[in-house]
Amino acid sequence: MAAIQITQVEKRYKSLQALGGVSLSIEEGEFFGLLGPNGAGKTTLISIIAGLTRADAGRVTVQGYDVATDFRAARQHLGVVPQELVFDPFFTVRETLRLQSGYFGLKNNDKWIDEVMANLDLTNKADVNMRALSGGMKRRVLVAQALVHKPPVIVLDEPTAGVDVELRQTLWKFIARLNREGHTVVLTTHYLEEAQALCNRIAMLKNGKVVALDTTAALIKRISGSMLVLHLRNGGLPQALRAQLLHPDAPEGDYGSPNTYALRINDYAEIEPILAAVRLSGAIIEEMQLQQADLEDVFLQIMDGEVVR
Amino acid sequence: MSLLSMPKGFQTLFYKEILRFWKVASQTVAAPVITSLLYLLIFGHVLENRVQVYPGVGYTAFLVPGLVMMSVLQNAFANASSSLIQSKITGNLVFVLLAPLSHWELFGGYVLASVVRGLVVGAGVFIVTVLFTEVSFIAPWWIVVFAVLGSVMLGTMGLIAGIWAEKFDQLAAFQNFLIMPATFLSGVFYSIHSLPPFWQTVSHFNPFFYMIDGFRYGFFGQSDVNPLFSFVIVAGFSILLAGFAVQMLKRGYKLRH
Repeated sequence: MAAIQITQVEKRYKSLQALGGVSLSIEEGEFFGLLGPNGAGKTTLISIIAGLTRADAGRVTVQGYDVATDFRAARQHLGVVPQELVFDPFFTVRETLRLQSGYFGLKNNDKWIDEVMANLDLTNKADVNMRALSGGMKRRVLVAQALVHKPPVIVLDEPTAGVDVELRQTLWKFIARLNREGHTVVLTTHYLEEAQALCNRIAMLKNGKVVALDTTAALIKRISGSMLVLHLRNGGLPQALRAQLLHPDAPEGDYGSPNTYALRINDYAEIEPILAAVRLSGAIIEEMQLQQADLEDVFLQIMDGEVVR
Repeated sequence: MSLLSMPKGFQTLFYKEILRFWKVASQTVAAPVITSLLYLLIFGHVLENRVQVYPGVGYTAFLVPGLVMMSVLQNAFANASSSLIQSKITGNLVFVLLAPLSHWELFGGYVLASVVRGLVVGAGVFIVTVLFTEVSFIAPWWIVVFAVLGSVMLGTMGLIAGIWAEKFDQLAAFQNFLIMPATFLSGVFYSIHSLPPFWQTVSHFNPFFYMIDGFRYGFFGQSDVNPLFSFVIVAGFSILLAGFAVQMLKRGYKLRH
C-alpha cells in the first residue's frame, strides 16, 4: 500500500491552473522530495493531501484513506509542517503541544511530547510563551506539533526556510531517525543539497505538472559525468566548445560570472582536447575546476525544459 | 452523553477556547462587567424615580436582567468570532484544520466555549449589579433556559461571523451594524410597551427581544410576551443558525479552499 497515492489531481484558482493532473505514488518508508520553483504547485498539492484545500478533480489517499471522504483516518495518519511560521500567541510551547495532541484524540501524551521537545532542543523552552520565541524556535515548535501524534506519514513544507544551520542539523537528524524507524517523509525545499542528501526519490513540479520523477541517483545520472568549470582571460570560449556548455542559453559566461564557463564532460579524456582548443584560441585559463554534477544542475536543466520525463 | 465521554478532539478544542479567554480575563470578563456596572449606575441614577416599567419594580431592578442578558449575548458572540478571526488572520487556524475534527466537533467546541464565556460574564454582571438593587427570582428555570439558549444563539452567530469575515473590519461591521443595534433595540433599557405601535411591531421581528423578555420574566414573572412563545422563537432561531453554521463548517466555507 502506498503511503500517499495521488491520482490525476487537478486544482484551479480562477484563471490559474495550479495543478494540472498530478499523479504520484509515495511508498511507505520513503524519504520523498517534492521540488519545484515558486508557484509550481507544491504547497497546493500538500494542502490537498492535508485536507486544507479541496481538489477540483482526482483523488488522494493517505495510508489508503481518502483525504476527502475518510478525512478523519487520513489526517490521523498524517503530520504536516506548514510553510508559514504560524503560532497561537496565547499559549506556551508545552500547552501548544498538549492541545495539538488533544486534537488528535491523545490523552496523557507528555512522555512523547518530552521526547519530541528533547530531540528538537525545545526542552528549556517548554514553559515559554510562543510569542517570546525566536523564529527558529517557533519553526521547531511547528515541527513538534506535526509529530505529537506519531503520524506514519510526515510532510514538511519548506521546514528549513530561513533557519540557522544548527536547527537544520537537529531537524534532519531527528527526521532521518523517524524515517529509519519506518515513517514516510515527504519534503519540499529550495535547498537542493538537502534534498539530494536526504531523499531517496524526487518528483519535480513545474507549472502544476510533474516534469521529473525518479530516484535521486537516477536523476543526477541524467547529467552524465562531470562539469569542467573554466575561468578565462584574453578571450571567450571557442565556438567549437559551445555545444558542451551546461547552460547554452547564456554563453557569455554561463556559470555565475563573466568569462566563467561550465562544460559538460563524460570522460576525463575529454579534458585535454578542451584545454588544447582554448589554448589555440588564444584565451588564457585563469582558473579551472572539475565538479561532479549535482541535483541543482539537474533541477536547473529540467526547469529550463532540457529534460522532460 | 457527558462532556467526558465526548470525543477528545472536541474536549480539547472546548478547553482551548476556554483557556484562551481565561488567560486574558481582565479584558474578556472584568471589562464587560465594569461596563455593565457603569450602565446600571448611570441609567439607574438618572431614571430610578422617573420610569416604572412594571408595577412594583424599580427601574434599576428592571435594568439588571437586561444588562445581564446583554452581557451574556455580546460576550458569547465575541468569543467565537474573535477566536476565529484571530486564528484566520494569524494563520494558526491551520492547527485545528489539520486535525481529524469533524464539523460537529468544531461547532460544539466553539459554541460551547462561547456559552461558558457568556454565562461567566453574565454571572459577573449579576453579582456586581445586585449589590446595588434587589431583584426577585420568580421563575429561575426560565432564567437558566434563556441565558443558555441566548448564549448558544449568539455563540453560533459569532461562529458564522468569524467564518465569514476575512478582516477585522468586516467582523466589526457585523458587530456594530447587526449585533449591537439588535441588542440595544431589544428592550434592555425599556419595555417595548413604552414604544409607539410601529416600533412595537418592529421589535417583534427582533429575536433578541424574545431572549431578553423571556429572561426578564424569570426574575419578575412579568414580560411583554408569553415566555413559552419567546422560548419557541429563540429555540427556532438557534436551530436554524446552528444548521447554517454546521453546513458552513462541513463545506469548509472560507476555511478550506
